[in-house]
Formats: sequence, structure tokens, C-alpha cells
Amino acid sequence: MSLAVAFSAAPGTVVALVGPSGSGKTSTLRAIAGFMRPAAGYVSCGGEVWLDTTAGIDVGARRRRAGFVVQAYALFPHLSAVENVMAGLIDRPAAARREEAHALLARVHLSGIDDRKPSELSGGQQQRIAVARALARQPRVLLLDEPFSAVDQPTRQRLQAEMVELRGELPMPVVLVTHNVDEVARLADSLVLLADGKTVASGTVNEVFGRFDLRPHTGHFETSMVLHAPIGAHDPSTGTTFLDHPAGRLSVGLMAAAPGSMARIRVRARDVALAVGEPGRLSIRNRLRATVSEIAEGEGQAVDVRLDVGGETLIASITREAVRALDLKVGQPVVALIKSMALDRPGDFG
Amino acid sequence: MDWQALWLSLHLASLTVLLLLPLAVLLGRWLAVTRISGLSLIEATLALPLVLPPTVVGFYLLVAFSPRSWFGDLWRQVFGGTLAFSFEGLLIASVLINIPYAVQPAQRAFEAIGNELREAAASCGMSWWRALFRIELPLAWPGILTGMVLAFAHTLGEFGVVLMVGGNIPGETRTIAISIYDRVQAFDDAAAGRMAAVLLLISLLVIAATLLLSQRIGKRRG
Repeated sequence: MSLAVAFSAAPGTVVALVGPSGSGKTSTLRAIAGFMRPAAGYVSCGGEVWLDTTAGIDVGARRRRAGFVVQAYALFPHLSAVENVMAGLIDRPAAARREEAHALLARVHLSGIDDRKPSELSGGQQQRIAVARALARQPRVLLLDEPFSAVDQPTRQRLQAEMVELRGELPMPVVLVTHNVDEVARLADSLVLLADGKTVASGTVNEVFGRFDLRPHTGHFETSMVLHAPIGAHDPSTGTTFLDHPAGRLSVGLMAAAPGSMARIRVRARDVALAVGEPGRLSIRNRLRATVSEIAEGEGQAVDVRLDVGGETLIASITREAVRALDLKVGQPVVALIKSMALDRPGDFG
Repeated sequence: MDWQALWLSLHLASLTVLLLLPLAVLLGRWLAVTRISGLSLIEATLALPLVLPPTVVGFYLLVAFSPRSWFGDLWRQVFGGTLAFSFEGLLIASVLINIPYAVQPAQRAFEAIGNELREAAASCGMSWWRALFRIELPLAWPGILTGMVLAFAHTLGEFGVVLMVGGNIPGETRTIAISIYDRVQAFDDAAAGRMAAVLLLISLLVIAATLLLSQRIGKRRG
């Protein structure tokens, strides 16, 4: 296949490669890891050139130090959990390997399963081992190929939460291939949108999510935006976490992270309602002070209203009739209403 | 009971397997992963001994062993003897005709490992040899063992090629299979029966041991 993709990722950030099947996401990862040699290409990582076809440079896969977690994990079936991780530690002195592997397993929240074979472990446990093995080599880049696709929904939620936690500690860039909009919203800093082996768009998650002209490519993953806000407080008695967003307080389902840490909330455009003036007594707890920045009328009933909320962008999908009734205009102050129950639910790109 | 022939057969079979083992591992692994064009032609050539009549294989080997051929001539210059009707010639013939029995199961076993695991080994920074010994051989060895057992058993039973290339020289080329034929020709049914029974027993033991071994390993692997 032909592949025309270019992007870069800063250390400690996560780039998501998103696109339909056959769009070249996995091929891109394989080219980075050194398992696919493009006819023409350039890959450099941490100041080291791994591939430069014009200069005739092609570093072998085993020398590239790319941590690769593939969809089916590719654990060594004859080795135990700890031995699988030790396989990634061959650069380390033999005596220290077992202990280091043990520590890596603990880091991905696995303990007490050191001596089990992959076939005796659940999908979630296998995924964690694959991540630990990839990290064992102290890779210059971490490549994740749909790492959450082979597990059930509750496990996926848990693994994603753990990955959110882990990503803050990782010193290397992470390239994540995914179909899932929640994964992008929760994990990615930037996004490369691929179609037919070409880059359609790239930028921060909100830059790409917020572009109406990308609808033909992103339409199937439902318009949404990501809000960032520090966690203010937890209220376990009502199962609520409060976020201090500059445009107003947000209440969401109870989160695991400590108060003060930054949270990301994905807000679907269709879950945002607008009010002009003070909305009064409502069950909707999330009310953000917003300013209308764009009104994009499409062909059907829906109109996308772009809002500025405390410096961030939110999109509200409302009816044409509502736009008329409220007499919405660009620059007008409004209140964006979001049901707490609508926040941060899992959803697929399809 | 022709113990000398039995011993010669076991000796020949063991040496054949010993020589075939590295060949099966390296050639089987290469065939499993290579993407060169003309692979089918190579595979077909290697499989020829399966379909060719033993007399045809034997005839070509005799031609090659003859001092008039470059191979036979080279052999004579280096080792100072002829290969036809010698144990060494028999061994070469045995290795050649057993290539498909040894290599094909090994190739299938290496194919079954899949590229993902090979790439995972490379991602871990393993060298080619390290990946072979730590990952591929532990996974592929039941298939390799199957090939070795097949080659061993097939060597014990080979008749046509042995007769063509080795003839029937006691202690040099008379294998147990030839000896049984000999006894039958001499109407010594009792001796032929004893040797046939011994061969049957050995074959059974080898196969049973192989099955047991691979079952136990299979269980341990989970």
C-alpha cells in the first residue's frame, strides 16, 4: 500500500493515529518499529535516525528501541509473566532481571502472577504484561496498536484509567493507534487523522475534533470536544467529582485521581444545551459561562454552535429552530448546559 | 537374528538424524519466513524423495558417487575412497532422502510460531540466535522432533535406495531391512520374523516415547 504520513511527537506526549481500517495506522507503527520498510521515508527518534532512505540508513528493528504493544499482545506463550518481561531486559545484567521485571509488573498493577503462563491469564493481565515488556527495554518511543481492543468494556475502562496514570510518568513519546474516541479524549495530546494512507489532518485533539470541514472523516465518531480542568473535590457520598473549570464548576462521576490533578472530560456536541440568561432551577448541574463564536448551519435540522468556554472550545449541536427562537448571534453570552450523566461515557468511533 | 545389521541400521539412523537436525532447523526456519520468489520450486525439489521411486533416487546417487562424476571424484581426492557400496555413501543417501521427512514438520512448526512473536523478540532486542534458542526452538521443537522421529524410522525401513547404493555388504551396508529380505529369500522365515518383530518393537517404542514427551511438555506449557 502507499503511505504518505508525516508527524512528530514530543517526549512525554501521546499522539493518536486515527482512521478507518486500511488507512495505514498499523503500517505507520510498523515502519517506526522497523518491521516495514517504506520505499521512501524518514524516521528519527530521540535524535537518532532510524530510517532515512535518501541517506541509505535503515537501523534494524532489534536496535531501534521501540516498545511495541500489538493488538494481540504477542506474548511468548512458553514463558511465564515475569519471564516475558525479562525477555525485554536482555540489556540488563542477568542477576538484576528478575527483580526489575517484578518491579515493572508492579508498575502495571500486576502482582502474584509472576509464574503464570499467558494462557492462564485474563486479557487485561496479558495486556499489562505486554505493556511492561515494552517498557522493559527503556524504549525511546512506545507504540500502542489498539491496546484496549481485545478486552471487555469494564476491563477497557480500567486499563485506560491505568494508562492515563502511566502516561504522566513516561519520558518517551507514545504513538497510539485507536478506533475509540474515548481513548483519544482521555489519552491523546494530539491527533493524526489518516485516510487511504494519507494524513487528512493533524493537530491537538480539540483542533481536529473541532474542525467542521473534517466531518466527512470524523462524522462517524460524533462531534465532541475535550475540556481540561483540575479536580476540585470528591464527594463519595453522592458519587460525584467536582472539577474547577474556569467557566464554571463541573460535576462528573467519581474519579480516581487526586484533587489538584488535571482531568479531561469529553463532551459530545449533542449533549450540550444552550440557555440565554440565567437558566433558573434545573436538574442539570453543569452550567458553563460561554460566548458564541461560530454558528455553522448544516443541511439538516442540526446546527453546530461553537462556544468559547473559559478559553476552551465547546461545540453544541442544537436545532435550527432553537437557534431562531433564542435569536443566537456570534459574540452573544450564553450558558452551556451539560448533563453530568452525559459526561465521559464510553463511545466508539465505529 | 542379525545383530550386526540391526546395529548398523541404528547407527545409520542415528547419524542421519544427527546430521539432519541442524539442517532441519535452519532450512525449516528459512523456508517458514522467506518471501523469495520461486519458493514453491525449492519446496518441490526438497519433496522429490517423497514421490520418486527409490530405484530412481538410487540410480542418480550411484551416478553421482561414481568417480567419473565431479562429486565422486572430489570425494576420492579428499577421502581416498569411493562412496558407492560404502557406509559413508549410505549415510549421504540416507540424509538426502530423509530431507522432506525432517524439514517439512520443522517448517510447519516454525510457520506456526507466526511473525508477531518473531517481531516481539526483535522488539525486545534479541539477536537472531537468541530469538532462535529462547523463543523459536522452545515453541517449534515438537515439530522438529516429529521430523527427526520420522527420519529415524524411515531410515530403519528404507530398502530400495539402500540396495541400489549400498548393496548388501555385511557390517558395511547390510541394514536390518535388507537382512530381513535376505532371510526371506533364504526361506528362513523364523529369523525374518524375529527381526521384523524387533523392528516393530523399536518403532513402537520410539513413537510412544515421542508422544509421551510432547504431551508432557504440552501440559507444562499450559
